[in-house]
Amino acid sequence: MKKRNHEEVLLQGNEAVVEGALRAGCRFFAGYPITPATEISEILSVKLPARKGTFIQMEDEIASMGAIIGASLAGVKSMTATSGPGFSLMQENLGFAVMAEVPCVVVDVMRGGPSTGLPTLPSQGDVMQARWGTHGDHPVIVLAPSTVGECFDLTVRAFNLSERFRNPVILLLDEVVAHMREKVVLPGEEVVEIVNRPKPKVPPEWYIPYENTPSGVPPMADFGDGYRHHVTGLTHDVRGFPTERPDEIGPFIARLFRKISQHMAEIHSGEFFLTDDAEIAVIAYGSVARSAKRAVREARDLGIKAGLLKLNTLWPFMRAAVDKVLQSARVLVVPEMNMGQISREVKRVNQGRARVIGINKLDGTMITPEEILKPLMEVS
Amino acid sequence: MAEITKLIHKYLRHDKKFPHVWCPGCGIGIMLGALIRAIDKTGFDKDEIVLVSGIGCASRLPVYVDFNTLHTTHGRALTFATGVKLAKPGMKVIVVMGDGDAVAIGGNHFIHAARRNIDLTAVILNNAIYGMTGGQYSPTTPYGMRSTTTVYGNVEHAFKISELAVTAGASFVARGTVYHANQLAGLMEKAFSKVGFSVVEVISHCHTQYGKLNRMGGAVAMLEWQRDHAVPVEQAARMTEESLADKFLTGVLADRMLPVYQDEYDVVRARAEEAEEG
Repeated sequence: MKKRNHEEVLLQGNEAVVEGALRAGCRFFAGYPITPATEISEILSVKLPARKGTFIQMEDEIASMGAIIGASLAGVKSMTATSGPGFSLMQENLGFAVMAEVPCVVVDVMRGGPSTGLPTLPSQGDVMQARWGTHGDHPVIVLAPSTVGECFDLTVRAFNLSERFRNPVILLLDEVVAHMREKVVLPGEEVVEIVNRPKPKVPPEWYIPYENTPSGVPPMADFGDGYRHHVTGLTHDVRGFPTERPDEIGPFIARLFRKISQHMAEIHSGEFFLTDDAEIAVIAYGSVARSAKRAVREARDLGIKAGLLKLNTLWPFMRAAVDKVLQSARVLVVPEMNMGQISREVKRVNQGRARVIGINKLDGTMITPEEILKPLMEVS
Repeated sequence: MAEITKLIHKYLRHDKKFPHVWCPGCGIGIMLGALIRAIDKTGFDKDEIVLVSGIGCASRLPVYVDFNTLHTTHGRALTFATGVKLAKPGMKVIVVMGDGDAVAIGGNHFIHAARRNIDLTAVILNNAIYGMTGGQYSPTTPYGMRSTTTVYGNVEHAFKISELAVTAGASFVARGTVYHANQLAGLMEKAFSKVGFSVVEVISHCHTQYGKLNRMGGAVAMLEWQRDHAVPVEQAARMTEESLADKFLTGVLADRMLPVYQDEYDVVRARAEEAEEG
């Protein structure tokens, strides 16, 4: 296949996810049809086989999640895409990927919920589900794009982070970001930075599959590499065998968390927009961050010292970034298309330092710039 | 060295903490023995084999054997196996499940794997009970029988796993018992050599739960029950329906040439490449 240089294209968010996945090296996709994520399946069903990859439509989302874990264990970068109801079904196997440290990417295009909810309308209702949806205490990485360009960039990043840390990464789009079209500059394939999982450098007889390494990330041998090892969802020792010994369970769970917590700076990404002197800071993500940016600009035109902290990484939560805007801000405004899932986290970090105002809308429509500007004017 | 000792040294994991989890007298050990004898005969390299399982007594099997082993979530083993096989078609993927795992929580995955005719072998240990959780009824618990959740008798009707696999489109389906251990190894060998979705249903016993609750005696009595109720499929052809009423068929129930998923998907790849170039 010929290498393409930079190209300017008009893309939908879901299409940009596909482009990002392909350039990140995704060669396996398993999914089940669901609005508003279906375009990702449809396009990959054409593009993957043309690249010697595999697309398969499974019998449900549980099976889709299982299949991508299996493919990743066999050494192929893999992804699935779904929306709320399907994301609910994926939770058990998602936990398996955390436990067995299997890199994979799950795209959840958020629609209105709960239950079947609003299949064609946006929400940001799955933020906490992405964090805590699977049972048991566990680390997770969640990214949320707010532009079509970011759909591309963050999909590449999702693959890279999942490989780097051997952890599933969830990409949370909302229906607006998934379906809107924007001009995107796609980088040439040779320009895209690709990260691959760490491989064992020792002979098979020395290989310790879940070794407690300084980075917290053990090298990963793929099935068929000659490093025969055991993979299980049971709590396991460093060799991968089930254990109930407290002296093995404790360090294992601690390492799972440590591999994420000691690399926060690498995982966190976002944008500080006019926050240096902002007395009123808006904290937003996804399509809402677009309205927030406009509201902040308009507020500045009115002489209000407003700024925006746009979160591209939702989990682990960007505590340091919130602390930074709190150096000047006396009011934090958190608009979300849910009843306050991130604002709750903001309050936890804030510890009463600033006033926190949530703008919560859950009626199937976007939060407009005017709806954000209004409280900015009121508190200025 | 005796033949079996050689196989034990070759295929069991020496760094795994034995003893195993199974009750004394359990049939799963016999199934494990048949499985490694069959694999040894087929000549697959240990590095080529991925042994996948779900959750339950039978699904604890992979941890003891020296292959690439994958102990997944309850009922979902076939979905993980599908991903492994499609990502690395050169691997021989064998899936071990129990009856609850394969046809209750995993029933949908089972019929769809068969329908796709994906190149996997499913080895299903059918002991008609959920053993690990303490003896609850499963989709293969016969009508009227007792379990800890059917103390007044089971009012549901049992799935016939092999017949279900035949109907759903599997290439190869066989049923054996742990009593007929040598025949079982032979059936597994045939299944492992077959390209396409193959199923070996292994009739076994759970004397600590099912046997106790239904007063069927210990492990030996239940093995004898298998001996007395198994009818080779060739012999059944000469028997009346009445005399077969409380029996089950053993041997090869289906062996057919059907299009295999991977081959079909290679055609899709060729078409897609052509379309993209053109």
